[in-house]
Amino acid sequence: MKPPRFRYFAPASVDEAVALLATHADTAKVLAGGQSLVPMLNMRLARPEVIVDINRIDGLSHLEVRDGELVVGALARQRAVEKSPEVAARVPVLREAIGYVGHVQIRNRGTVTGSIVHADPSAELPAVLALLDGSVRVQGPAGTRDVPWQELFLTYFTTTLGPDELAIEARFPLPPAGAGWSFLEVARRHGDFALVGVAAQVTVDEAGRIQEARLALTGVGGTPVRPERAEALLAGQTLEDDVLAAAAEAVREAIEPESDIHASADYRRHVAGVLTGRALRAARERARRGGEA
Amino acid sequence: MLPETSRHRIRVTVNGQVYEREVEARLLLSDFLRYELGLTGTHLGCEHGVCGACTVQLDGEPVRSCLMFAVQADGREVRTVEGLAPDEERLHPVQEAFWEAHGLQCGFCTPGFLMTVEAFLRENPDPTDDEIRDAIAGNLCRCTGYVNIIKAVRLAAEKLRAGR
Repeated sequence: MKPPRFRYFAPASVDEAVALLATHADTAKVLAGGQSLVPMLNMRLARPEVIVDINRIDGLSHLEVRDGELVVGALARQRAVEKSPEVAARVPVLREAIGYVGHVQIRNRGTVTGSIVHADPSAELPAVLALLDGSVRVQGPAGTRDVPWQELFLTYFTTTLGPDELAIEARFPLPPAGAGWSFLEVARRHGDFALVGVAAQVTVDEAGRIQEARLALTGVGGTPVRPERAEALLAGQTLEDDVLAAAAEAVREAIEPESDIHASADYRRHVAGVLTGRALRAARERARRGGEA
Repeated sequence: MLPETSRHRIRVTVNGQVYEREVEARLLLSDFLRYELGLTGTHLGCEHGVCGACTVQLDGEPVRSCLMFAVQADGREVRTVEGLAPDEERLHPVQEAFWEAHGLQCGFCTPGFLMTVEAFLRENPDPTDDEIRDAIAGNLCRCTGYVNIIKAVRLAAEKLRAGR
């Protein structure tokens, strides 16, 4: 198997990378972890004329909490984020979701930011960005800008980033102290992309009632989905069976999954409801323990 | 007309030996190892990152050599299955364990397993069976049914701990 011919550049700075992207505009692809791009090249599903490899740029591997957000540089590998004690303590849902991404060998190369802007509709990490109301910082010829997740994802494998823009950071606002979380998915095999994945975050009051519930789904359409009506009906409730059933139903109504070779739309819709209930229960249990795993 | 390509001079350390070559940008690390260096112990199964047969260590960490370009390994250290055994006479403890516990049948997937497991046991010298299963989830074997591979990893862990 041979990737198609391309010209390869390994810029030493973000400015240089952006200049290369501006020069080669629609014919260039950015290579970060390469765990999605290289298979597409190997199978010749992608035929860029130019590859801009950002791996030689210093200062993009950072992983730090800054101003209430977890900031993940474009070259922070998924495995590094997965193993970070700070991520485990502050944004555990991200750690849990990364456990579903490929395998160790993939996560040693794959990047969090790259997975997000690749915008695979079945990928786990875009859903985590949506769950936490995160954003992506991009740099282009005109400077940097922050793109909230709602304005980032357009449809399957498509974002609003310009061809001359480089994603330099993914930014995840920290969950409130004591929040419970869960990420669950159903896939054909462990490590595959999700048929359906559900991320949940819950805060509870002293009586065990839901203060705020958030849900984010992957695999159920072209972009990650936050089912707003389901989130709204959970507020102020305890998670009795009828409430969970109503939330599951609201999730099923909020999504428009497609049928493909792996699963029918009906099956995906069904699984989305089931995983919603399980994820909410798990998140609620963790919230009751004050956000301890 | 064919699209333009580019060629690059690279210097890569493989199993402790420095190699300098000029490579086309699109040459995969896996093909570089096999065709440029003749290190055919690294096997190619799916060539899109699923099967794990091509797993090598890049600066000590297991990665898919089919999902990297050789040019990206410039200045880096690669370890392949040929770099495991200490000399012609002896095997690495992980290799011994796979042999003794029948952790292979046809052997096609074995180099990938060995490179994954060697790195795993450095990080986790005394794993549970669940941790072993998780660690080898990114390597496919169509012969063994995995039971003996898990035994082999357990045995390898014992051998390595005893050798310390």
